[in-house]
Amino acid sequence: MSRISATFEKLAQERRKALIPFFTAGDPSLHQCVPTMQAMVAGGADLIELGIPFSDPMADGPTIQRASERALKQGVSLSDVLDAVSRFRQSDVATPVVLMGYANPIERMGRELFAERCAEAGVDGVLVVDYPPDEARALGALLSPRNIDSIFLLSPTSTDERIKEIAAMSTGYIYYVSLRGVTGASNIDVADVARQIARIKAVARVPVGVGFGIRDDATARALSAVADAIVVGSRIVEEIETSSESQAPAAVGALINRFRQAMDADR
Amino acid sequence: MKIYDMPDREGHFGPYGGTFVSETLIAAIDELKRQYLRFRDDPEFQEEFAYELKHYVGRPSPIYHARRLSESLGGAQIYLKREDLNHTGAHKINNTVGQAMLARRMGKQRVIAETGAGQHGVATATVAARYGMECVVYMGSEDVRRQAQNVYRMKLLGARVVPVESGSKTLKDALNEAMRDWVTNVQDTFYIIGTVAGPHPYPMMVRDFNAVVGRECLVQMPEMAGRQPDVVLACVGGGSNAMGIFHSYIPHESVRLMGVEAGGEGVASGHHAASLVAGTPGVLHGNRTYLLQDANGQIIETHSISAGLDYPGVGPEHAWLKDTGRAEYVAITDDEALNAFHTLCRMEGIIPALESSHALAQAMKMAPAMKRDQILLVNLSGRGDKDMATVAERSGIRL
Ligand SMILES: Cc1ncc(COP(=O)(O)O)c(C=O)c1O
Repeated sequence: MSRISATFEKLAQERRKALIPFFTAGDPSLHQCVPTMQAMVAGGADLIELGIPFSDPMADGPTIQRASERALKQGVSLSDVLDAVSRFRQSDVATPVVLMGYANPIERMGRELFAERCAEAGVDGVLVVDYPPDEARALGALLSPRNIDSIFLLSPTSTDERIKEIAAMSTGYIYYVSLRGVTGASNIDVADVARQIARIKAVARVPVGVGFGIRDDATARALSAVADAIVVGSRIVEEIETSSESQAPAAVGALINRFRQAMDADR
Repeated sequence: MKIYDMPDREGHFGPYGGTFVSETLIAAIDELKRQYLRFRDDPEFQEEFAYELKHYVGRPSPIYHARRLSESLGGAQIYLKREDLNHTGAHKINNTVGQAMLARRMGKQRVIAETGAGQHGVATATVAARYGMECVVYMGSEDVRRQAQNVYRMKLLGARVVPVESGSKTLKDALNEAMRDWVTNVQDTFYIIGTVAGPHPYPMMVRDFNAVVGRECLVQMPEMAGRQPDVVLACVGGGSNAMGIFHSYIPHESVRLMGVEAGGEGVASGHHAASLVAGTPGVLHGNRTYLLQDANGQIIETHSISAGLDYPGVGPEHAWLKDTGRAEYVAITDDEALNAFHTLCRMEGIIPALESSHALAQAMKMAPAMKRDQILLVNLSGRGDKDMATVAERSGIRL
């Protein structure tokens, strides 16, 4: 069983929902990457989505774009991101790590080498934002023998046919994008999300998480009643942006802990 | 003659093209693909398109024999396909008319566009005014500065111009921003992409709307010169004017096709925008193609004197034509393009766009070594009025 499935299974037994923070590797600095991940876990994160910086993050709003720019200014590469995961694994063998990014840096490294290095580093899942199913299948064929999950996005505009196709390919969990728009937008409609998640869960074989636009404890709490996991991204990146470099891990840890408490309040 | 029917159903040109976008855009792209394929074969749509091209754009554009220029070079005859005479001054309007017609049929009230030189933005603002649609144009803040006149033209036409401050603040970032707008407003918004890039079906659709250029040449060249040209040349930014003139000629294998990229300060200097000449395959803006990127797969900043060529990618069909050898791609430097610009002004009384000057410069390079009865057909994709300030500044003149 993959580390991701094991995590969700344990959470299900405890009747808890997964809290999944996202941040961009190398923001605010490569040096703080592992400490930030550790602070996230200490604050109550169950799984970490680690963004691979890219010069043209077409699906991201201004907040995560700036995070990518800050990381790229320091020359952070995909190879550096993988090294950071290796370092994280020296102190934490339980928390799953999912890499999230765009196709080009992965293609530049080469899919085969990327898959190999993910396995060596201890990566548990990969989400390539701009891969169509055919390309994702080709990458997935390299990842699954290495016990690495392929995570996919679904959105409010996904058709039934599309949901079926993605559900059949997904391992680990499915990430439902809660709104029309880029990351960081904030026009989330909880009732609508609940309906959509039910639609996905009807065909999904894996847990369904929700993200994009979750900015406060109340939304996280409301959504954790309907989804298996809550992904918080832009709000965390804002916390990093407004903290000093040395304080960033602690600030992020505290923020995550607030989300954690809100999510566990109804248990 | 071999039949050429690229792309395949998924929008692939060999290994290039495709649909590399996030899930949030898939439904919109599928809908666009369905609608376009439907109207592509609809006689009523095609009839209206032909009518608009004739009466609004001013087609067919003439072919002009640049006799004095050819004479001075002492070799091949240079002919110019006069896209600069179109309404709004470039080939870009062919495509925006087609896409705006499609947007209307899809019931979209709002159109958005990205622009580099501002020509596509102007062409989009123009058709939006013509059809009474709301129009928002994304433009890198660096380009807003370089192309102030076109920014004002767009505003006159009723468009809102949004300066983009992210990344390198040029065309690629404007495209990112337009995509983000589209994801957010997909119900009522049609994204009019200005070149043969982006996810499928854009590369095919933009090519189809521009293919009128080459179709006209196929008829006009025998009328004018008694035969088809030996070489067809066009500048390549994203590649829409080049695909427009190349497409009908692809099956005519005796006609050489030559795409001319922006060599900037020289390909060796690293300051250029020659993705096909100096780039490597990768994925950007929804398709797989040649890109200017670093060893880590980050897109690098480009340079060209012409904002319209200042793009780190290129349409996927060009990537395929390059790999198959059906078209050749070369680079022309800023200085060579400027020289061609001034030469055409003085010898033929035509002020070309700096983009088109790149194609002309390549023709001027080749002509002397060719025979007098050989023919070079250059796509003069646009007029140079928009470039007055840039050219003057280069000569140390403040306007
Ligand atoms: C006159 C002219 N030619 C060429 C181009 C480059 O675009 P493409 O390569 O798509 O023809 C532009 C772009 O703005 C242009 O304005």
